[in-house]
Amino acid sequence: MVLRQIEGSRGVAEAVARCRPEVICAYPISPQTHIVEALSAQVKSGALAPCEFVTVESEFAAMSVAIGASATGARAYTATASQGLLYMVEAIYNASGLGLPIVMTVANRAIGAPINIWNDHSDSMSQRDSGWVQLYAETNQEAVDLHVQAFRLAEEVSLPVMVCMDGFVLTHAVERIDVPEQEQVDAFLPAYQPRQLLDPAEPVSIGAMVGPEAFTEVRYLAHARQMQALELIPRVAADFERVFGRSSGGLVRPYRTQDAETVVVALGSVLGTLKDTVDELRDQGHRIGVLGIISFRPFPLADVRAAVGQAARVVVLERALAVGIGGIVTSNVRMALSGNGTRDYTVIAGLGGRAITRASLREMLLAAEADRLEPLTFLDLNRPLVERELARAGERRMSGPAAENMLRDAGPATPWIG
Amino acid sequence: MFQVRVHGRGGQGVVTAAELLSVAAFMEGRHAQAFPSFGSERTGAPVVAFCRLDDREIRLREPVTDPDTVIVQDATLLHQVAVFDGLRPDGYLLVNSARTWAELGLSGFAAGFTPSRAAVVPATQLALREIGRPVPNAALLGGFAALTGQVSIESVVAAIRERFAGAVADGNEAAARAAFDEVRAQSAVPANFGSSHGA
Amino acid sequence: MPVQPIKFYQSGSFVVGNRLLDPDQRSVQADPNRTNSLNSGHRACQGCGEALGARYALDAAMRATNNQLIAVNATGCLEVFSTPYPETSWQIPWLHSLFGNAPAVSTGVAAALKAKGRTDVRVVGQGGDGGTVDIGFACLSGMFERNDDVLYICYDNEAYMNTGVQRSGSTPPAATTMTTQAVGPEPGNRFGQGKNVPLIAMAHEIPYVATATVADLRDLEYKVRRAMEFRGARYLHVFVPCPLGWGTASCDTIRIARLAVHTGLFPVFEAEHGEVVDVTRIPRQVPVAEYLRPQRRYRHLFGASPRPDVVARIQQIADRNIRRFGLLAAEPAPTAQEAP
Repeated sequence: MVLRQIEGSRGVAEAVARCRPEVICAYPISPQTHIVEALSAQVKSGALAPCEFVTVESEFAAMSVAIGASATGARAYTATASQGLLYMVEAIYNASGLGLPIVMTVANRAIGAPINIWNDHSDSMSQRDSGWVQLYAETNQEAVDLHVQAFRLAEEVSLPVMVCMDGFVLTHAVERIDVPEQEQVDAFLPAYQPRQLLDPAEPVSIGAMVGPEAFTEVRYLAHARQMQALELIPRVAADFERVFGRSSGGLVRPYRTQDAETVVVALGSVLGTLKDTVDELRDQGHRIGVLGIISFRPFPLADVRAAVGQAARVVVLERALAVGIGGIVTSNVRMALSGNGTRDYTVIAGLGGRAITRASLREMLLAAEADRLEPLTFLDLNRPLVERELARAGERRMSGPAAENMLRDAGPATPWIG
Repeated sequence: MFQVRVHGRGGQGVVTAAELLSVAAFMEGRHAQAFPSFGSERTGAPVVAFCRLDDREIRLREPVTDPDTVIVQDATLLHQVAVFDGLRPDGYLLVNSARTWAELGLSGFAAGFTPSRAAVVPATQLALREIGRPVPNAALLGGFAALTGQVSIESVVAAIRERFAGAVADGNEAAARAAFDEVRAQSAVPANFGSSHGA
Repeated sequence: MPVQPIKFYQSGSFVVGNRLLDPDQRSVQADPNRTNSLNSGHRACQGCGEALGARYALDAAMRATNNQLIAVNATGCLEVFSTPYPETSWQIPWLHSLFGNAPAVSTGVAAALKAKGRTDVRVVGQGGDGGTVDIGFACLSGMFERNDDVLYICYDNEAYMNTGVQRSGSTPPAATTMTTQAVGPEPGNRFGQGKNVPLIAMAHEIPYVATATVADLRDLEYKVRRAMEFRGARYLHVFVPCPLGWGTASCDTIRIARLAVHTGLFPVFEAEHGEVVDVTRIPRQVPVAEYLRPQRRYRHLFGASPRPDVVARIQQIADRNIRRFGLLAAEPAPTAQEAP
């Protein structure tokens, strides 16, 4: 065991390096940069040989290079965030459609406009139906561990895997990480054995056009492979625990949910703050538990249903917003709880880097417990600010750019919040 | 849990200070979490970094709003940024300056603190003398060790040595040790918050 | 290496392997053991210039690499007509990803091969003009700039044919497409637009840039072979008439391509490291009208209300090319591939 006090990005880079990647390609975007910078240094020094680091001209090219490399039998890795993820969307779908086991870190960040470099889950949530496996890390230790598991998982089911870690909150946090040792990773992660390969010795055509006669079947197989991943993820996590001696990953992680009347469901780093909040509330006699979802795709319907159990209500804390309807995770949770009669609340929190504090969570959870919460709640929403802009837009046709108006109304920000 | 907030300006090693502090605590077998205020701040802009120290795993991810210690790396921020927000009177306050509390216009404010928990240390001067560059972070960590006792000066030095090498490491160590001695000396005698109470 | 220049005296027959030649001087297609990289049975239109060009180019590349080749294809006609599920015409390892990313996918293939120590296996990326000069241009420029070990071949038929003939950045002035109709005061595609990707490729100072046409298939084979003698990014721009999109007879594909060269509208040249090292001379300059008239996409320039003014502007383009590249032969000579 090698404990180190390092930045999350650095830990992820170390973990990826120990997975013996053969082609790494990346285009810089905050807050992903520290990961690929560290990997670039390792490749350049020769420490990762044989490994190629390609400095591409866009995220679209990054994913495209990964596609070419993976189809040629190389273990391929890239990382991105936010606008970068959106810029590569066409290639993201292509990678999963081709069944190429690329692993990509998403350093979760908001999507503009307005441009915002801070954390939320809008980017990866927008790709939930892209056919990629999506794993969300709660801590930097888990982010590190999920990358090692991701390569194993991806290559076993021949599907690409996104490891999502909260931008800045995790990527830029320095904390204790047990960095996987090379021998452990080698014992856990076998060499990449592709299902399909561009090889002059055995030529195949990859990426042919498929018409109505078989397209449904191809898509069905994509779903079937995700269902295989659903079974495989807990096995990979168990295997990981056996080799590395610590529990990481899996489908869901319940915390004090037994006998809970209220279960808060969330993904990512906010789970830590939630657990601290729930501990306080438990001490005061409130029957509240937390359910962390690690695997959002495939979505573990049965595990969520089992973990929520007999709770009267679930509060789904979402770091993204499905504009025009509300919660994204909520829709999935609701499907898991279909017929249960569980009341559900959607709480949109932490958009664009707004800090999610214990104080706000506590107040919100008490309201939920009393069923005083709106079905769709925006945590810490500055309602007067919104109402002023709505009024302005109602008064004048040329009311100007809304975001800039509200910034002016809000005045100077407290520079260290968020 | 012991929470630290470091205020300074871009380029002064504010984030590095929080990181080094976390490494020093880590070396003592403690849990520590350092993270910056997340932004695209350029050199010279006010920046903040945070550090939490605990004997058990730190799960909390919110910014430090109720710090046990505030470290101010740049005294020009004192009257610009709400550096003292959430700092309780029994908290610790460490300011980088060659001036007195009175000269800083803070004698009244500082007098509200436990005398042994508020210190001014000329970290920039120490850094210039020992490193040749006005980077006060290592010196302030030495001062922090003396002021709070949360980490030992030897751990601070070890963290510095893990991060830097050669003359830079030597200089930073010397600055940290000098600041440690200076703050320890200040704590040994009753703090003089100055006669002027006009802030 | 000293090479005997091969002259073809059978005027009008530029495609065959000459059985009077030594075997090593015959065309790749003359070899009964050619790989048929793009095999027969695909679904290209009759007279498709792209299918012909791709077949020659890839077989030549296979020969040059001792059959150690991987091809990456952009979306487009070539991709669609060659791989209708569940069939494929490709006898070589072949990957199609997207419309705009073939150069980057090729880079990925090359990077993987390098990491695996398989530098004996070479990579060809290919696409039409839309996938190359428009939507794939950023990826192409990135691949050039990094000097990745990829030969990229653009089969230029001067419009988006796969989607039903719409204008691309390679569509010439006055040509009609479904988005540059022959209506209004300036019928057809506007003058003063479009880009010359071979010259842009040269500006990247990559090791090798060349143009070719399906009118001189020996030259096309030579240029593929020559390109494979270099490591790094290489670019081959092949002029491929499209009977459907241009409104030409399918039996005229070769003739139209030859007219494009002989008018000066499509200069055929080679460049190394940013410098032109060879041009294919024109034996006798042909007026552009002879090239334009057989093509329905230029019909609005002739007929009931002719536009000699527009034809004259096109002639100016041809004349400029001839001056710029020194295309006119000093003395009449049969079209010959002068070996470098």
